[in-house]
Order: sequence, then structure tokens, then C-alpha cells
Amino acid sequence: MAAEAYEEKDTILQEILGSKGRNQANLIPILQAVQKEFGFLSKENMIRISEHLEMSANEVYGVASFYQQFKFIKPGKHTITVCLGTACFVKGGKILAETVRTKLNLEPGETTEDGLFTYERVACLGCCALAPVVQIDGEVHGEMNPAKLLRIIKRISQKEKSR
Amino acid sequence: MMPPHDTSQIKILICQGTGCLSSKSDEIKEEFEDQLKNFNLQDKIKVDFTGCHGFCAQGPIVIIEPEGVMYSKVKTTFVNKIVESHLKLGKPVYEYFYKDPKTNQPIARYHDIPFYNKQTRMILGSCGHINPENINDYIERGGYSGLKRALKMPPEEIIQIIKDSGLRGRGGAGFSTGLKWSFCRDAPGDEKYIICNADEGDPGAFMDRSILEADPHSVLEGMIIGAYAIGARHGIIYVRAEYPLAVKRFTHAVKIAKEKGFLGENILNSNFSLDISIHEGAGAFVCGEETALMASIEGHRGNPRPRPPFPATSGLWGNPTNINNVKTWASASWIFKHGWEEFHKIGVEHASGTAIFSLTGKVNNLGLIEVPMGTPLRKIVYEIGGGILNNRNFKAVQTGGPSGGCLPPSHLDSPVDYETMAASGSIMGSGGMIVLDDTDCMVKLAHYFLTFTQAESCGKCVPCRIGTRAMLLVLDRIIKGEGEDKDLMLLEELAYTVKMGSLCALGQTAPNPVLTTLKYFREEYQAHIFEKQCPAKDCQDLIDYTIDENLCNGCTLCAGNCPVNAISGQKGNIHHIHSDICVKCGICYSSCPRKAIFKQDRNLQLVES
Repeated sequence: MAAEAYEEKDTILQEILGSKGRNQANLIPILQAVQKEFGFLSKENMIRISEHLEMSANEVYGVASFYQQFKFIKPGKHTITVCLGTACFVKGGKILAETVRTKLNLEPGETTEDGLFTYERVACLGCCALAPVVQIDGEVHGEMNPAKLLRIIKRISQKEKSR
Repeated sequence: MMPPHDTSQIKILICQGTGCLSSKSDEIKEEFEDQLKNFNLQDKIKVDFTGCHGFCAQGPIVIIEPEGVMYSKVKTTFVNKIVESHLKLGKPVYEYFYKDPKTNQPIARYHDIPFYNKQTRMILGSCGHINPENINDYIERGGYSGLKRALKMPPEEIIQIIKDSGLRGRGGAGFSTGLKWSFCRDAPGDEKYIICNADEGDPGAFMDRSILEADPHSVLEGMIIGAYAIGARHGIIYVRAEYPLAVKRFTHAVKIAKEKGFLGENILNSNFSLDISIHEGAGAFVCGEETALMASIEGHRGNPRPRPPFPATSGLWGNPTNINNVKTWASASWIFKHGWEEFHKIGVEHASGTAIFSLTGKVNNLGLIEVPMGTPLRKIVYEIGGGILNNRNFKAVQTGGPSGGCLPPSHLDSPVDYETMAASGSIMGSGGMIVLDDTDCMVKLAHYFLTFTQAESCGKCVPCRIGTRAMLLVLDRIIKGEGEDKDLMLLEELAYTVKMGSLCALGQTAPNPVLTTLKYFREEYQAHIFEKQCPAKDCQDLIDYTIDENLCNGCTLCAGNCPVNAISGQKGNIHHIHSDICVKCGICYSSCPRKAIFKQDRNLQLVES
């Protein structure tokens, strides 16, 4: 990373830490803010957080790894989240999960080699009446089927290639 | 007959709950605004947005008030015609109405749609009718009048009113809310906390999300009344991070309530002060358990701890703390607005008020519903839900999510209340209700829930951590057709050990889906174990996909979608699935436009060949 970009990221981290104070109870909101900014929690950032809150880096990782929200690997450019809530499960969510798994050759949490797609699963998005649903880059797509999902994936890949 | 056409009274309400927003209802609102300008009606007719209307599967929903006409599955291309024909000329557009799934007849007004008129919408009464970001809408419908009344009463009287109303916790356990409040009020300590539990982690449930999105002030008002009664100066709402819109609307509600003097220092010029902060969860199911939830707020891993001490005496940072579910707080504000007698009138003897369910799965009408406690399941499934999808057979209803159970057709006439549900081996739960038909395998469903609880077990206590894992291994074997004679006994033995030996409700209830399916659908387990067959043809290791040669027209869609190239055939010719290559993903089955692909028992075929 270029030195300037590194400094800029460092300033952002300091700003987040500064705004949240040093109370250890704020650990989870801090982790959330850092992940929101950087997309994941890097080892370096977790160490910086631990120094800021005056607790061990292991403790920080211990809390972060407990919660499903936190990621420790840089996610791809586009995140495909297949909902596997009960309503989605009984309406074919599993087939959608299989579609992503087999077509993109990814296990949950993994990213394609070109860094384009990350595959995630979620326990429930709360859009159960639209089941099965898939969330792509934060946008919920209801009443999905494999063909529809593959079309969206194809569209995104083509768009990225033409750039 | 439509009432006389008077445009000055008309208000267009566009649903912007999470469901409808995912179908671009925000663009529909813009289109209405543009089209009203086109027809020069923009000064006469108001356009506003609301929270969830409940009938999510029909979204995006647009309501024209005061007539109560509902347009369903609205697209931006409908808007021009609705504005010109309905709003300008007074002729509603019948082709865009909701159509009864049985008769295919269009129904104009939502009051006339069975999905709505068979319900008793109390807590959801304002959802879908007010702008959740406009506090005046809430106040106009009697909002904060209950708070004004409550602040003039001594706290003990408030608790007595809640006790008299018969309100019980809506999170699922059903403990008396009035009693819970009194424990916290009586606990020694100056600093007390109230918490709203909106960590709606049950997969297949979205009641709390919808209320927070559609009527956040009703929850907030309940919390303020409760805090005053308990003597708490601090309130926290713990919301799932997966619900960004709920977080946004509640945050906005807190800000505005503060500006209006309903929150903050000296509320409505009384000596009572309260601050409320918002805490976003980070995706752990166990944090719905109250001690784990508090650990999470304190910044730790969400591990539950033994009780006692109960949160009422030693909760957040060791202070007396009262935790209630979103619907419980909203019920409290309803009681103070309408009176406890009105609340007590609804429901059955030991369960007053209403139950709110997210009705999903294999029914025709999907969405958020509210019925009096004690309503029979049959009414929910067949009258409100409109019966089973595609006229298939009802198999079971699942309530209470991973902590609950499955009830078979013989329980269709039992009333929905805490005790009846518990007696049948399920739980009331916080409100997820998933209807299953004869294509759903109950063993696979039990496996699904156990996979979930096993992954979500915090790992603190052995029976839950290892017991659920051992149960899952047995179920894994069974759904793969590798089950053994002793497996059912083993499964039951493990289930009771986990139930008896676990520290918190997650472990204590995790075996429920397995136990209830074993109780009511034992023959399905036996078919998997002894005949190596899945009667519902749902378990992928026990079936083969085959193409019906009479139906296949060689469109190549299945072959193109197959991830492992297991389908061969030329365009225009009948295709074949090679079962030795096939991974049983089911993509071809669900994407065949002619429904030419069907499932058959794998072992039966082996025997024949």
C-alpha cells in the first residue's frame, strides 16, 4: 500500500477510536464501525483497538470471533448473501445456496479468486413473506429461483468485465 | 359502490417496509408524485409512505384512503392509469386489485380481504396507516395519551394495571409482565435499567422488525411508561444489525420524541427523566437470551450465565434490569391508550390480548397477522392464510423457531395460547409460524433446526455444545440413508440430556424440533432408517431426478443450468440426467419450465434395475 493511502486509513481508524471513547463496553460498536469502514477486521486494526481500550488483543479477537457479523478476511467486491431462514429453507433457499456454491465454486465465507464475489449465508433477513430471498450488495431480491440468481450474477460479471 | 369522488380528502399511502422496499416501492412513490403533477393533482392529493402493511407477499402495496382501496403488486407502470382513472375520474382500476386466490375475483378494499378482516389488529392497528417518521401521525391516533395518563399515576398503580390486564411476555416464555415489572421496581438499587429485546433471531420471524419499522413510537411509549413504573432512568433497545431500516426508524423516533419532550429530562414537565440508547446486535442467536443479551451490551462475548441472580435484581452492570420483547412494550402502550379492561376482554382466560405471527411457508396468503389469543390454528392457516399453496395437503405448522416444534394436522383445532402449545411439545415462541405441506420432510426440517442451534450454541456448557453435535451426527446419518435401528432411541436419549442439562433456554429448547417430529412423524424417521426412503422426496441423498420423456421438449435450460454437466441431450431432443454424475442440487427441477423433471426414490429404482 502506498504510504499516503496507509496514512489516510490510519487517520480514519483514529477518528473512529476517538469518537467512541475508551470504555471497554464500547468494544462491539467500535468493531462494527471499523468493519463498516474497512469491510473487515484486520489483525492490525484489532491490535490498535486493543491498545486503545487497554485490553489484550486476544480478548478483542475473542469477542469479535463470537459474533457472526465480524469478518476477518477482506470480502470481494460483491457480496451474495443467501437467506436460509426457515421460510426460505422450505421454499428452496437450499437450492439457491447450492447454485452459488456450485456455480461460483465457493463455500460460505469464501471469495472468488478474481475478488469479485463473496458468498455468505444468513440465518434470516426477516423478509420471510418474499421467500426465498437473496441479498446482493445489501439489496434484497425476493421470490428468487436459480435461473434468476444466475442471471443477476452474470449481469454483474459482464458489467465488471466491460470496465 | 364507491363513495362520491372528492379528491381533496384523498391520501395515497405507499408501503415502505423492508419487503415492499425490496420491490422498489420508493420508486413507486416518486412515480405517484410525478404523475400527480402531470394531472395537476399534486396540491389536492397527498402522497405519503407507511411501514409494513403486513401482506408482504402482495407488495408493493398502495392504499388509497379514505376509501381503503388497495392496489397490490404495484409496478411503476401501473401508476399512470391509477392516477388518471381512479384519482382523476373516480373509476378504480380493477385489474390491479388483489385477487382472491380461490375465486380469482378482484377485491377493492383491504377491509374486505379475508387476510385482513379475519384478524384483530390491535398492536398492529396503526402499522401501514401512519408515517412512522412523523410523530404527529402517531399523536393524532391517540399516541402518547397513555403516557400522559400514566405520569399522573403512582408507579404502583401502573404495575397493578398491567397485572390486571393479564399481559404476559410476548418473547415466548409468557411470564406475567406486571409481576416482572414489580420485581424490578422492588429490587434495591438507585440505578435501574429497562431493555427492549429486539434481537429477533428466530429464522422465519419478522414481527418485531415490522413493528419497529411501522410504528416505532408505540414501542417507545411502552418503554417510557414501563421505565416510569419501574423507576428506571436508562433504557436500551437491542436490535439485530440485520435490520437496518428498523434501526433507522427507531433512532429517528427517539430523536423526535426527545424534541417533543416525551423523552429526556423532566418528561412532560414531571420529575421523571429517561434516556434511551440504541445498541445494534452483531449476529448471535443466543443474545436473545436475556443474560447473554446483557453480556453483549457490556461488550463481552454473548455467553449466558446461571440465574439467579435474576436480571430484576442484578442485571446490566449489576443493576436491577427489566427486559421485555418489542411486542410486550407495544402492548403496554396499547393498554394505557385503551384501558386494561379492553385488553383483558380479548383472548382467553390465562392469555389476554392478541398474538402476532409472521405467517410464512406453504400458505397462499403470507404476511404479518394478529389474532386473539386462543384462536384455533385452522382459522389461521385456512381462513387468514387462505389454505395451502397449490392445493397441496397440510402437513404441519412450525412455531417457536429453533426452540419450538411442529404440530400435525390433528392439532389444527387446538387454540393458540401458551399452555396449549407447551402441552403439545411446542412453544408459543415470539411469533414465527411456518406452514409445511406434504413435500416437506420432517426429518430434514429437524436436521435444519438442529444445524442452526448447533452452530449458534455459545459453547459454554457441555450438554448443549456436545449434545447438539451428537444429535446432529445421528440426524446426518438418517437423512443420508445410513441410519441404524438404534438411532431413534439414541436420539431421544441425547435430546432429553440436552434438555435437562443445559444452562440456558437455547440448549433447553434446542431438542424440541427433534422431539416433536419424533412424536408426531415417527413413521417418517422409520422410513428413512429402515426403507432408506424419504416419503416427502425431500432428502437429496435418497432421491434421483429423472426427466419425463413425454414432457421434455429439449429446451436445454436444465443442461445449461446444471453445475456438474450431468444432463445430456441435443436442442429439441429429449434430455437425460446421469444419476452417477448428478449431485442432486435440484436446480434443474426448480428451473424446468415444463415441469418435466420429477423426483423418485433412489433405492426403489436400484431394486428394480
